[in-house]
Amino acid sequence: MHKVFAKYPSMRPWLLLLPASLWLFIFFIAPLFIVLIYSFQTRGTYGGVVWQFSIENFQRTFDPLYFNTFLRSFYIAAITTFACLLLGFPLAYYITTRPPQSRGTFVLALMIPFWTNFLIRTYAWLTLLRTNTGLINTTLISLGILKHPLPLFGNDFAIVLGLVYGWLPDMVLPVYAALDRLDNSLLEAAQDLYASGWRVFWRVIWPLSLPGVIAGSMLVFIPSLGAFVTPAILGGGKSLMIGNIISNQFLAAHDWPFGSAMSTVMMVVMLLATLIYFRSTSRKERVQA
Amino acid sequence: MSSEVVKSGVDQLQSSRRSRMALVKKRFNDLVLNFYGWGGYLFLYLPIIILVIFSFNDSRSTAQWAGFTTRWYGEMINDSQIILSLWNSLFVAIVSTILSTIIGTLAAMAMERYSFRGQLMMDAILYLPIIIPDIAMAIMLLIFFDITGIGFEPWHVNFFRISLAVPYSVIIGHVAFNISFVAIVVRARLAQMDNTLEEAASDLYANSWQTFWRVTIPMMMPGILGGALLAFTLSLDDFVITFFTSGAGFNTLPVRVFGMIKKGVTPKINAVSTLMLLFSLVLMGISLIFRKGGDDENIMDLSL
Repeated sequence: MHKVFAKYPSMRPWLLLLPASLWLFIFFIAPLFIVLIYSFQTRGTYGGVVWQFSIENFQRTFDPLYFNTFLRSFYIAAITTFACLLLGFPLAYYITTRPPQSRGTFVLALMIPFWTNFLIRTYAWLTLLRTNTGLINTTLISLGILKHPLPLFGNDFAIVLGLVYGWLPDMVLPVYAALDRLDNSLLEAAQDLYASGWRVFWRVIWPLSLPGVIAGSMLVFIPSLGAFVTPAILGGGKSLMIGNIISNQFLAAHDWPFGSAMSTVMMVVMLLATLIYFRSTSRKERVQA
Repeated sequence: MSSEVVKSGVDQLQSSRRSRMALVKKRFNDLVLNFYGWGGYLFLYLPIIILVIFSFNDSRSTAQWAGFTTRWYGEMINDSQIILSLWNSLFVAIVSTILSTIIGTLAAMAMERYSFRGQLMMDAILYLPIIIPDIAMAIMLLIFFDITGIGFEPWHVNFFRISLAVPYSVIIGHVAFNISFVAIVVRARLAQMDNTLEEAASDLYANSWQTFWRVTIPMMMPGILGGALLAFTLSLDDFVITFFTSGAGFNTLPVRVFGMIKKGVTPKINAVSTLMLLFSLVLMGISLIFRKGGDDENIMDLSL
Protein backbone atom coordinates (compact mmCIF):
# COMPACT_ATOMS: atom_id res chain seq x y z
CA MET A 1 0.00 0.00 0.00
CA HIS A 2 2.92 2.22 0.89
CA LYS A 3 4.23 1.84 -2.67
CA VAL A 4 0.89 2.35 -4.34
CA PHE A 5 0.56 5.49 -2.28
CA ALA A 6 3.87 6.87 -3.51
CA LYS A 7 3.48 5.71 -7.09
CA TYR A 8 -0.01 6.88 -7.95
CA PRO A 9 -0.67 10.26 -6.36
CA SER A 10 -4.07 10.53 -8.03
CA MET A 11 -5.15 7.35 -6.23
CA ARG A 12 -4.24 8.71 -2.79
CA PRO A 13 -7.61 10.22 -1.84
CA TRP A 14 -9.41 7.07 -2.94
CA LEU A 15 -7.09 4.86 -0.92
CA LEU A 16 -7.78 6.99 2.12
CA LEU A 17 -11.49 6.85 1.36
CA LEU A 18 -11.52 3.13 0.70
CA PRO A 19 -12.58 1.96 4.19
CA ALA A 20 -15.20 4.71 4.58
CA SER A 21 -16.70 4.24 1.15
CA LEU A 22 -16.76 0.44 1.50
CA TRP A 23 -18.49 0.68 4.86
CA LEU A 24 -20.95 3.35 3.80
CA PHE A 25 -21.74 1.79 0.43
CA ILE A 26 -22.44 -1.61 1.98
CA PHE A 27 -24.09 -0.54 5.22
CA PHE A 28 -25.71 2.73 4.23
CA ILE A 29 -26.16 3.25 0.48
CA ALA A 30 -27.13 -0.36 -0.24
CA PRO A 31 -29.70 -0.42 2.60
CA LEU A 32 -31.03 2.91 1.34
CA PHE A 33 -31.66 1.42 -2.10
CA ILE A 34 -33.13 -1.75 -0.60
CA VAL A 35 -35.66 0.42 1.26
CA LEU A 36 -36.50 2.16 -2.01
CA ILE A 37 -37.03 -1.19 -3.76
CA TYR A 38 -38.96 -2.57 -0.81
CA SER A 39 -41.33 0.35 -0.87
CA PHE A 40 -42.53 -0.76 -4.33
CA GLN A 41 -43.19 -4.36 -3.26
CA THR A 42 -46.28 -6.03 -1.87
CA ARG A 43 -46.82 -7.39 1.57
CA GLY A 44 -47.26 -11.17 1.77
CA THR A 45 -50.21 -12.77 3.53
CA TYR A 46 -48.16 -13.73 6.60
CA GLY A 47 -46.10 -10.59 6.80
CA GLY A 48 -43.33 -11.47 4.36
CA VAL A 49 -42.61 -9.64 1.13
CA VAL A 50 -43.93 -10.65 -2.26
CA TRP A 51 -41.69 -9.45 -5.09
CA GLN A 52 -44.38 -7.82 -7.11
CA PHE A 53 -44.08 -4.25 -8.29
CA SER A 54 -46.82 -1.92 -7.10
CA ILE A 55 -47.25 1.69 -6.12
CA GLU A 56 -50.03 0.79 -3.72
CA ASN A 57 -47.86 1.58 -0.69
CA PHE A 58 -47.45 5.16 -1.83
CA GLN A 59 -51.14 5.47 -2.55
CA ARG A 60 -51.83 4.25 0.97
CA THR A 61 -49.58 6.97 2.35
CA PHE A 62 -52.25 9.39 1.14
CA ASP A 63 -54.99 7.46 2.91
CA PRO A 64 -56.41 10.00 5.39
CA LEU A 65 -55.57 7.61 8.22
CA TYR A 66 -51.84 7.97 7.51
CA PHE A 67 -51.79 11.26 5.70
CA ASN A 68 -53.27 12.99 8.73
CA THR A 69 -50.38 11.68 10.79
CA PHE A 70 -48.03 13.11 8.20
CA LEU A 71 -49.73 16.49 8.43
CA ARG A 72 -49.76 16.32 12.23
CA SER A 73 -46.06 15.53 12.31
CA PHE A 74 -45.43 18.52 10.06
CA TYR A 75 -47.54 20.70 12.29
CA ILE A 76 -45.80 19.47 15.46
CA ALA A 77 -42.35 19.96 13.90
CA ALA A 78 -43.28 23.47 12.71
CA ILE A 79 -44.67 24.51 16.12
CA THR A 80 -41.57 23.05 17.78
CA THR A 81 -39.29 25.03 15.47
CA PHE A 82 -41.22 28.24 16.07
CA ALA A 83 -41.22 27.71 19.84
CA CYS A 84 -37.47 27.02 19.78
CA LEU A 85 -36.95 30.26 17.88
CA LEU A 86 -39.12 32.23 20.29
CA LEU A 87 -37.27 30.82 23.29
CA GLY A 88 -33.87 30.43 21.70
CA PHE A 89 -33.37 33.84 20.09
CA PRO A 90 -33.54 35.85 23.33
CA LEU A 91 -31.39 33.24 25.03
CA ALA A 92 -28.76 33.52 22.29
CA TYR A 93 -28.97 37.31 22.52
CA TYR A 94 -28.60 37.08 26.29
CA ILE A 95 -25.35 35.13 25.89
CA THR A 96 -23.92 37.77 23.52
CA THR A 97 -24.58 40.47 26.14
CA ARG A 98 -22.44 38.66 28.72
CA PRO A 99 -18.83 39.77 29.20
CA PRO A 100 -16.60 38.10 26.57
CA GLN A 101 -14.61 36.04 29.07
CA SER A 102 -17.71 34.36 30.51
CA ARG A 103 -19.54 33.68 27.23
CA GLY A 104 -17.75 30.36 26.82
CA THR A 105 -19.14 29.23 30.17
CA PHE A 106 -22.67 30.20 29.15
CA VAL A 107 -22.33 28.28 25.88
CA LEU A 108 -20.92 25.32 27.80
CA ALA A 109 -23.87 25.45 30.20
CA LEU A 110 -26.08 25.10 27.15
CA MET A 111 -24.18 22.03 25.98
CA ILE A 112 -24.28 20.03 29.21
CA PRO A 113 -27.98 19.07 29.03
CA PHE A 114 -27.48 18.53 25.30
CA TRP A 115 -24.80 15.93 25.91
CA THR A 116 -26.97 13.90 28.25
CA ASN A 117 -28.99 11.07 26.80
CA PHE A 118 -32.06 12.12 24.84
CA LEU A 119 -34.09 9.23 26.26
CA ILE A 120 -33.33 10.36 29.79
CA ARG A 121 -34.21 13.97 29.07
CA THR A 122 -37.52 12.77 27.70
CA TYR A 123 -38.07 10.54 30.71
CA ALA A 124 -37.42 13.53 32.99
CA TRP A 125 -40.44 15.26 31.45
CA LEU A 126 -42.52 12.10 31.79
CA THR A 127 -42.09 12.23 35.57
CA LEU A 128 -43.11 15.91 35.53
CA LEU A 129 -46.05 15.82 33.14
CA ARG A 130 -47.98 12.62 33.87
CA THR A 131 -51.61 13.40 34.47
CA ASN A 132 -52.29 11.92 37.91
CA THR A 133 -48.84 11.17 39.24
CA GLY A 134 -46.69 13.82 37.57
CA LEU A 135 -44.87 16.34 39.73
CA ILE A 136 -46.51 19.42 38.19
CA ASN A 137 -50.10 18.29 38.66
CA THR A 138 -49.61 16.73 42.11
CA THR A 139 -47.84 19.86 43.33
CA LEU A 140 -50.45 22.25 41.94
CA ILE A 141 -53.27 20.17 43.43
CA SER A 142 -51.65 19.80 46.84
CA LEU A 143 -51.09 23.56 46.92
CA GLY A 144 -54.79 24.00 46.24
CA ILE A 145 -54.21 25.91 43.01
CA LEU A 146 -55.91 23.23 40.94
CA LYS A 147 -58.84 20.97 41.65
CA HIS A 148 -58.42 18.67 38.67
CA PRO A 149 -55.17 17.71 36.97
CA LEU A 150 -54.27 19.61 33.81
CA PRO A 151 -54.04 17.56 30.59
CA LEU A 152 -50.28 17.89 30.27
CA PHE A 153 -49.48 14.41 29.07
CA GLY A 154 -50.38 12.10 26.20
CA ASN A 155 -51.11 14.93 23.77
CA ASP A 156 -49.42 17.18 21.23
CA PHE A 157 -48.53 19.68 23.94
CA ALA A 158 -46.37 17.10 25.74
CA ILE A 159 -44.68 16.09 22.49
CA VAL A 160 -43.91 19.69 21.50
CA LEU A 161 -42.58 20.44 24.98
CA GLY A 162 -40.37 17.34 24.89
CA LEU A 163 -39.06 18.22 21.42
CA VAL A 164 -38.42 21.87 22.32
CA TYR A 165 -36.54 20.73 25.39
CA GLY A 166 -34.53 18.26 23.36
CA TRP A 167 -33.56 20.52 20.47
CA LEU A 168 -33.43 24.04 21.96
CA PRO A 169 -29.59 24.13 22.02
CA ASP A 170 -29.64 23.29 18.30
CA MET A 171 -31.42 26.61 17.76
CA VAL A 172 -29.51 28.71 20.27
CA LEU A 173 -26.00 27.79 19.08
CA PRO A 174 -26.24 28.85 15.41
CA VAL A 175 -28.22 31.98 16.33
CA TYR A 176 -25.62 32.84 18.94
CA ALA A 177 -22.86 32.30 16.39
CA ALA A 178 -24.60 34.71 13.99
CA LEU A 179 -25.28 37.35 16.67
CA ASP A 180 -21.74 37.07 17.96
CA ARG A 181 -20.36 37.94 14.51
CA LEU A 182 -22.63 40.96 14.32
CA ASP A 183 -20.73 44.22 14.03
CA ASN A 184 -21.59 46.43 17.02
CA SER A 185 -20.87 49.61 15.07
CA LEU A 186 -23.90 48.85 12.89
CA LEU A 187 -26.14 48.91 15.97
CA GLU A 188 -24.55 52.14 17.17
CA ALA A 189 -25.00 53.70 13.74
CA ALA A 190 -28.68 52.77 13.79
CA GLN A 191 -29.09 54.24 17.27
CA ASP A 192 -27.23 57.40 16.30
CA LEU A 193 -29.73 57.79 13.47
CA TYR A 194 -32.52 57.69 16.08
CA ALA A 195 -33.84 54.24 15.19
CA SER A 196 -36.07 52.90 17.95
CA GLY A 197 -35.22 49.60 19.67
CA TRP A 198 -37.71 47.64 17.59
CA ARG A 199 -36.55 49.25 14.39
CA VAL A 200 -32.94 48.37 15.19
CA PHE A 201 -34.05 44.82 15.81
CA TRP A 202 -36.14 44.35 12.67
CA ARG A 203 -33.95 46.34 10.27
CA VAL A 204 -30.48 45.42 11.52
CA ILE A 205 -30.25 42.55 14.01
CA TRP A 206 -32.86 40.23 12.51
CA PRO A 207 -31.68 40.33 8.86
CA LEU A 208 -28.07 39.82 9.92
CA SER A 209 -28.92 36.89 12.20
CA LEU A 210 -31.07 35.23 9.54
CA PRO A 211 -28.41 32.69 8.41
CA GLY A 212 -28.17 31.47 12.01
CA VAL A 213 -31.95 31.40 12.36
CA ILE A 214 -32.32 29.35 9.18
CA ALA A 215 -29.57 26.92 10.19
CA GLY A 216 -31.09 26.55 13.65
CA SER A 217 -34.57 26.02 12.22
CA MET A 218 -33.28 23.24 9.97
CA LEU A 219 -31.46 21.60 12.87
CA VAL A 220 -34.67 21.62 14.92
CA PHE A 221 -37.22 20.89 12.20
CA ILE A 222 -35.60 17.80 10.66
CA PRO A 223 -35.14 15.72 13.83
CA SER A 224 -38.55 16.88 15.10
CA LEU A 225 -40.26 15.65 11.94
CA GLY A 226 -38.59 12.26 12.28
CA ALA A 227 -39.11 12.04 16.04
CA PHE A 228 -39.70 8.59 17.45
CA VAL A 229 -38.67 8.52 21.12
CA THR A 230 -40.50 11.68 22.23
CA PRO A 231 -43.97 10.73 20.92
CA ALA A 232 -43.42 7.13 22.06
CA ILE A 233 -42.84 8.27 25.65
CA LEU A 234 -44.71 11.56 26.03
CA GLY A 235 -47.49 10.83 23.52
CA GLY A 236 -48.78 8.18 25.91
CA GLY A 237 -49.51 5.77 23.06
CA LYS A 238 -52.28 8.04 21.77
CA SER A 239 -50.50 10.94 20.09
CA LEU A 240 -48.35 9.52 17.33
CA MET A 241 -46.04 10.88 14.65
CA ILE A 242 -44.66 9.46 11.38
CA GLY A 243 -41.73 7.85 13.17
CA ASN A 244 -44.08 5.78 15.32
CA ILE A 245 -46.25 4.71 12.39
CA ILE A 246 -43.12 3.59 10.55
CA SER A 247 -41.81 1.66 13.52
CA ASN A 248 -45.23 0.02 14.01
CA GLN A 249 -45.05 -1.37 10.47
CA PHE A 250 -41.85 -3.15 11.44
CA LEU A 251 -42.48 -4.12 15.05
CA ALA A 252 -46.22 -4.83 15.13
CA ALA A 253 -48.03 -4.78 11.78
CA HIS A 254 -45.28 -6.61 9.88
CA ASP A 255 -45.93 -4.60 6.76
CA TRP A 256 -42.36 -3.83 5.81
CA PRO A 257 -43.05 -2.58 2.28
CA PHE A 258 -45.52 0.00 3.59
CA GLY A 259 -43.12 1.03 6.37
CA SER A 260 -40.42 1.43 3.71
CA ALA A 261 -42.71 3.58 1.56
CA MET A 262 -43.53 5.85 4.51
CA SER A 263 -39.89 6.32 5.42
CA THR A 264 -39.05 6.96 1.75
CA VAL A 265 -41.59 9.79 1.68
CA MET A 266 -40.19 11.15 4.95
CA MET A 267 -36.62 11.07 3.65
CA VAL A 268 -37.59 12.76 0.37
CA VAL A 269 -39.28 15.59 2.29
CA MET A 270 -36.20 16.06 4.44
CA LEU A 271 -33.78 15.97 1.54
CA LEU A 272 -35.88 18.60 -0.22
CA ALA A 273 -35.82 20.77 2.89
CA THR A 274 -32.04 20.37 3.14
CA LEU A 275 -31.54 21.21 -0.53
CA ILE A 276 -33.66 24.34 -0.22
CA TYR A 277 -31.61 25.28 2.80
CA PHE A 278 -28.29 24.86 0.99
CA ARG A 279 -29.64 26.78 -2.00
CA SER A 280 -30.83 29.70 0.11
CA THR A 281 -27.63 30.01 2.12
CA SER A 282 -25.32 29.83 -0.88
CA ARG A 283 -27.35 32.52 -2.63
CA LYS A 284 -27.07 34.71 0.45
CA GLU A 285 -23.34 34.23 0.52
CA ARG A 286 -23.19 35.15 -3.14
CA VAL A 287 -25.08 38.36 -2.42
CA GLN A 288 -22.74 39.20 0.44
CA ALA A 289 -19.73 38.63 -1.78
CA MET B 1 -29.45 87.40 29.12
CA SER B 2 -31.57 85.99 31.87
CA SER B 3 -33.92 84.38 29.41
CA GLU B 4 -30.98 82.57 27.88
CA VAL B 5 -29.92 81.25 31.27
CA VAL B 6 -33.48 80.03 31.87
CA LYS B 7 -33.55 78.42 28.46
CA SER B 8 -30.31 76.55 28.97
CA GLY B 9 -31.52 75.49 32.41
CA VAL B 10 -34.70 74.09 30.90
CA ASP B 11 -32.62 72.35 28.23
CA GLN B 12 -30.45 70.81 30.90
CA LEU B 13 -33.46 69.69 32.87
CA GLN B 14 -35.05 68.14 29.81
CA SER B 15 -31.91 66.37 28.74
CA SER B 16 -31.29 65.01 32.22
CA ARG B 17 -34.88 63.77 32.34
CA ARG B 18 -34.38 62.20 28.94
CA SER B 19 -31.21 60.47 30.06
CA ARG B 20 -32.95 59.31 33.25
CA MET B 21 -35.74 57.91 31.12
CA ALA B 22 -33.16 56.18 28.94
CA LEU B 23 -31.53 54.76 32.05
CA VAL B 24 -34.84 53.43 33.37
CA LYS B 25 -35.55 51.94 29.95
CA LYS B 26 -32.15 50.29 29.85
CA ARG B 27 -32.63 48.91 33.36
CA PHE B 28 -35.98 47.51 32.31
CA ASN B 29 -34.49 45.94 29.18
CA ASP B 30 -31.69 44.40 31.22
CA LEU B 31 -34.27 43.02 33.63
CA VAL B 32 -36.28 41.42 30.82
CA LEU B 33 -33.12 40.07 29.26
CA ASN B 34 -31.89 38.58 32.52
CA PHE B 35 -35.30 37.09 33.15
CA TYR B 36 -35.20 35.44 29.75
CA GLY B 37 -31.62 34.24 30.18
CA TRP B 38 -32.06 32.72 33.61
CA GLY B 39 -35.47 31.38 32.62
CA GLY B 40 -33.91 29.62 29.64
CA TYR B 41 -31.21 27.97 31.71
CA LEU B 42 -33.72 27.05 34.42
CA PHE B 43 -35.88 25.40 31.75
CA LEU B 44 -32.88 23.37 30.57
CA TYR B 45 -31.65 22.30 34.00
CA LEU B 46 -34.67 21.99 36.28
CA PRO B 47 -36.08 18.75 34.81
CA ILE B 48 -32.68 17.05 35.08
CA ILE B 49 -32.15 18.27 38.65
CA ILE B 50 -35.59 17.02 39.69
CA LEU B 51 -34.85 13.68 38.01
CA VAL B 52 -31.68 13.31 40.09
CA ILE B 53 -33.39 14.40 43.32
CA PHE B 54 -36.13 11.81 42.97
CA SER B 55 -33.60 9.02 42.42
CA PHE B 56 -33.04 9.39 46.18
CA ASN B 57 -36.73 9.31 47.07
CA ASP B 58 -37.76 6.82 49.74
CA SER B 59 -40.98 5.87 47.95
CA ARG B 60 -42.01 4.40 44.64
CA SER B 61 -43.37 7.79 43.64
CA THR B 62 -41.39 10.17 41.46
CA ALA B 63 -43.58 13.12 42.39
CA GLN B 64 -43.92 13.20 46.18
CA TRP B 65 -40.87 13.44 48.37
CA ALA B 66 -40.82 10.86 51.16
CA GLY B 67 -37.33 11.09 52.58
CA PHE B 68 -33.80 10.24 51.51
CA THR B 69 -32.62 6.79 50.53
CA THR B 70 -30.01 5.18 48.34
CA ARG B 71 -31.92 1.93 47.99
CA TRP B 72 -32.75 2.50 44.31
CA TYR B 73 -29.04 2.58 43.57
CA GLY B 74 -28.71 -0.69 45.50
CA GLU B 75 -31.51 -2.20 43.45
CA MET B 76 -29.85 -0.96 40.28
CA ILE B 77 -26.52 -2.59 41.15
CA ASN B 78 -28.23 -5.86 42.06
CA ASP B 79 -30.22 -5.94 38.83
CA SER B 80 -28.13 -8.29 36.70
CA GLN B 81 -30.04 -7.21 33.54
CA ILE B 82 -29.05 -3.58 34.02
CA ILE B 83 -25.43 -4.43 34.73
CA LEU B 84 -25.24 -6.72 31.70
CA SER B 85 -26.72 -4.03 29.46
CA LEU B 86 -24.21 -1.54 30.85
CA TRP B 87 -21.35 -3.84 29.82
CA ASN B 88 -22.97 -4.34 26.41
CA SER B 89 -23.16 -0.56 25.97
CA LEU B 90 -19.53 -0.08 26.89
CA PHE B 91 -18.34 -2.88 24.60
CA VAL B 92 -20.34 -1.64 21.61
CA ALA B 93 -19.17 1.92 22.23
CA ILE B 94 -15.49 0.99 22.51
CA VAL B 95 -15.40 -1.24 19.41
CA SER B 96 -17.45 1.11 17.24
CA THR B 97 -15.42 4.12 18.40
CA ILE B 98 -12.12 2.49 17.45
CA LEU B 99 -13.39 1.44 14.02
CA SER B 100 -15.19 4.67 13.17
CA THR B 101 -12.30 6.85 14.39
CA ILE B 102 -9.82 5.13 12.08
CA ILE B 103 -12.17 5.05 9.09
CA GLY B 104 -13.47 8.59 9.66
CA THR B 105 -10.00 10.09 10.12
CA LEU B 106 -8.75 8.60 6.85
CA ALA B 107 -11.84 9.87 5.06
CA ALA B 108 -11.37 13.34 6.55
CA MET B 109 -7.80 13.49 5.25
CA ALA B 110 -8.92 12.53 1.76
CA MET B 111 -11.69 15.11 1.75
CA GLU B 112 -9.70 17.99 3.20
CA ARG B 113 -6.26 17.45 1.67
CA TYR B 114 -7.11 16.50 -1.89
CA SER B 115 -9.44 17.56 -4.62
CA PHE B 116 -10.59 14.82 -6.93
CA ARG B 117 -13.40 13.71 -9.16
CA GLY B 118 -16.35 12.40 -7.22
CA GLN B 119 -15.50 14.48 -4.17
CA LEU B 120 -18.89 16.16 -4.15
CA MET B 121 -20.62 12.79 -4.23
CA MET B 122 -18.49 11.51 -1.33
CA ASP B 123 -19.30 14.69 0.56
CA ALA B 124 -23.00 14.00 0.12
CA ILE B 125 -22.59 10.36 1.18
CA LEU B 126 -20.67 11.42 4.28
CA TYR B 127 -23.32 13.99 5.24
CA LEU B 128 -26.38 11.82 4.60
CA PRO B 129 -26.14 9.65 7.73
CA ILE B 130 -26.20 12.85 9.80
CA ILE B 131 -29.18 14.38 8.02
CA ILE B 132 -31.34 11.27 7.80
CA PRO B 133 -33.41 10.75 10.95
CA ASP B 134 -32.30 7.81 13.03
CA ILE B 135 -35.61 5.99 12.64
CA ALA B 136 -35.11 5.86 8.85
CA MET B 137 -31.52 4.65 9.22
CA ALA B 138 -32.66 2.07 11.77
CA ILE B 139 -35.25 0.46 9.51
CA MET B 140 -32.86 0.60 6.55
CA LEU B 141 -30.33 -1.44 8.50
CA LEU B 142 -33.01 -3.77 9.87
CA ILE B 143 -34.18 -4.67 6.35
CA PHE B 144 -30.60 -5.00 5.13
CA PHE B 145 -29.55 -7.39 7.90
CA ASP B 146 -32.77 -9.33 7.51
CA ILE B 147 -32.36 -9.82 3.74
CA THR B 148 -28.65 -10.55 3.68
CA GLY B 149 -28.83 -12.71 6.77
CA ILE B 150 -25.60 -11.27 8.09
CA GLY B 151 -25.13 -9.52 11.37
CA PHE B 152 -27.70 -10.87 13.78
CA GLU B 153 -25.52 -13.73 14.97
CA PRO B 154 -23.79 -12.72 18.19
CA TRP B 155 -20.14 -12.06 18.74
CA HIS B 156 -19.27 -14.03 21.89
CA VAL B 157 -16.61 -12.22 23.77
CA ASN B 158 -15.11 -12.05 27.24
CA PHE B 159 -15.09 -8.43 28.25
CA PHE B 160 -13.46 -7.81 31.64
CA ARG B 161 -14.26 -11.43 32.53
CA ILE B 162 -17.92 -10.97 31.69
CA SER B 163 -19.13 -13.03 28.79
CA LEU B 164 -21.13 -10.98 26.31
CA ALA B 165 -23.00 -11.92 23.16
CA VAL B 166 -23.11 -8.80 21.01
CA PRO B 167 -24.79 -8.95 17.58
CA TYR B 168 -22.45 -7.73 14.85
CA SER B 169 -25.37 -5.80 13.38
CA VAL B 170 -25.38 -3.34 16.31
CA ILE B 171 -21.67 -2.59 15.97
CA ILE B 172 -21.96 -2.27 12.18
CA GLY B 173 -24.83 0.19 12.57
CA HIS B 174 -23.01 2.29 15.16
CA VAL B 175 -19.90 2.51 12.98
CA ALA B 176 -22.08 3.47 10.00
CA PHE B 177 -23.47 6.56 11.73
CA ASN B 178 -20.27 7.45 13.60
CA ILE B 179 -17.92 7.61 10.58
CA SER B 180 -19.57 10.82 9.41
CA PHE B 181 -19.37 12.55 12.78
CA VAL B 182 -15.70 11.64 13.22
CA ALA B 183 -14.94 12.81 9.67
CA ILE B 184 -16.56 16.22 10.33
CA VAL B 185 -14.67 16.86 13.56
CA VAL B 186 -11.32 15.77 12.09
CA ARG B 187 -11.93 17.83 8.94
CA ALA B 188 -12.56 20.92 11.03
CA ARG B 189 -9.20 20.36 12.72
CA LEU B 190 -7.42 19.76 9.42
CA ALA B 191 -8.91 22.94 7.96
CA GLN B 192 -7.50 25.14 10.72
CA MET B 193 -4.12 23.35 10.80
CA ASP B 194 -0.96 25.14 9.80
CA ASN B 195 0.64 23.37 6.82
CA THR B 196 4.01 25.06 7.13
CA LEU B 197 5.25 22.55 9.72
CA GLU B 198 4.72 19.71 7.27
CA GLU B 199 6.50 21.66 4.57
CA ALA B 200 9.36 22.30 6.98
CA ALA B 201 9.59 18.57 7.72
CA SER B 202 9.87 17.71 4.05
CA ASP B 203 12.39 20.51 3.54
CA LEU B 204 14.45 18.76 6.21
CA TYR B 205 14.38 15.59 4.11
CA ALA B 206 11.75 13.70 6.07
CA ASN B 207 10.01 11.31 3.69
CA SER B 208 6.24 11.44 3.39
CA TRP B 209 5.65 8.63 5.92
CA GLN B 210 7.94 10.22 8.47
CA THR B 211 6.20 13.54 7.96
CA PHE B 212 2.85 11.86 8.31
CA TRP B 213 3.62 9.99 11.53
CA ARG B 214 5.84 12.57 13.22
CA VAL B 215 4.12 15.80 12.19
CA THR B 216 0.68 15.38 10.64
CA ILE B 217 -0.78 12.82 13.05
CA PRO B 218 0.37 14.62 16.24
CA MET B 219 -1.08 17.86 14.91
CA MET B 220 -4.34 16.16 14.04
CA MET B 221 -4.56 14.53 17.46
CA PRO B 222 -6.97 17.01 19.11
CA GLY B 223 -9.38 16.49 16.21
CA ILE B 224 -9.00 12.72 16.28
CA LEU B 225 -9.56 12.54 20.03
CA GLY B 226 -12.49 14.94 19.79
CA GLY B 227 -14.03 12.83 17.05
CA ALA B 228 -13.44 9.63 19.04
CA LEU B 229 -15.10 11.10 22.13
CA LEU B 230 -18.06 12.27 20.11
CA ALA B 231 -18.37 8.81 18.55
CA PHE B 232 -18.13 7.18 21.97
CA THR B 233 -20.84 9.45 23.38
CA LEU B 234 -23.17 8.98 20.42
CA SER B 235 -22.70 5.23 20.54
CA LEU B 236 -23.31 5.10 24.29
CA ASP B 237 -26.43 7.25 23.94
CA ASP B 238 -27.93 5.64 20.87
CA PHE B 239 -31.30 4.05 21.41
CA VAL B 240 -33.19 3.98 18.11
CA ILE B 241 -30.65 2.25 15.86
CA THR B 242 -29.66 -0.28 18.53
CA PHE B 243 -33.31 -1.01 19.28
CA PHE B 244 -34.06 -1.92 15.67
CA THR B 245 -30.83 -3.69 14.72
CA SER B 246 -30.22 -5.82 17.80
CA GLY B 247 -32.82 -8.53 17.21
CA ALA B 248 -34.49 -10.05 20.26
CA GLY B 249 -32.86 -10.36 23.65
CA PHE B 250 -29.96 -7.95 23.34
CA ASN B 251 -30.02 -4.79 25.42
CA THR B 252 -27.75 -1.84 25.71
CA LEU B 253 -28.41 0.49 28.65
CA PRO B 254 -30.68 2.92 26.72
CA VAL B 255 -32.66 0.01 25.23
CA ARG B 256 -33.04 -1.45 28.73
CA VAL B 257 -34.15 1.94 30.11
CA PHE B 258 -36.73 2.30 27.33
CA GLY B 259 -38.13 -1.12 28.22
CA MET B 260 -38.32 -0.10 31.89
CA ILE B 261 -40.06 3.19 31.06
CA LYS B 262 -42.65 1.33 28.99
CA LYS B 263 -43.46 -0.82 32.05
CA GLY B 264 -43.82 2.10 34.41
CA VAL B 265 -42.06 4.94 36.17
CA THR B 266 -39.95 4.07 39.21
CA PRO B 267 -37.12 5.87 41.03
CA LYS B 268 -34.92 2.99 39.89
CA ILE B 269 -35.07 4.44 36.37
CA ASN B 270 -34.11 7.78 37.90
CA ALA B 271 -31.11 6.09 39.49
CA VAL B 272 -30.00 4.54 36.18
CA SER B 273 -30.56 7.92 34.51
CA THR B 274 -28.40 9.65 37.11
CA LEU B 275 -25.65 7.13 36.44
CA MET B 276 -25.85 7.79 32.68
CA LEU B 277 -25.89 11.53 33.37
CA LEU B 278 -22.65 11.22 35.34
CA PHE B 279 -21.16 9.27 32.47
CA SER B 280 -21.97 12.04 29.99
CA LEU B 281 -20.59 14.69 32.34
CA VAL B 282 -17.31 12.80 32.70
CA LEU B 283 -17.05 12.37 28.92
CA MET B 284 -17.77 16.04 28.37
CA GLY B 285 -15.17 16.98 30.96
CA ILE B 286 -12.56 14.83 29.20
CA SER B 287 -13.34 16.37 25.83
CA LEU B 288 -13.01 19.86 27.33
CA ILE B 289 -9.57 18.97 28.68
CA PHE B 290 -8.54 17.82 25.21
CA ARG B 291 -9.67 21.11 23.73
CA LYS B 292 -7.79 23.10 26.31
CA GLY B 293 -7.88 26.16 24.07
CA GLY B 294 -11.35 26.64 25.45
CA ASP B 295 -12.43 29.49 23.19
CA ASP B 296 -16.01 29.77 21.98
CA GLU B 297 -15.26 28.30 18.59
CA ASN B 298 -14.01 25.06 20.15
CA ILE B 299 -16.88 24.76 22.55
CA MET B 300 -19.31 25.22 19.69
CA ASP B 301 -17.77 22.15 18.03
CA LEU B 302 -19.24 20.06 20.84
CA SER B 303 -22.67 20.66 19.44
CA LEU B 304 -21.93 18.27 16.60
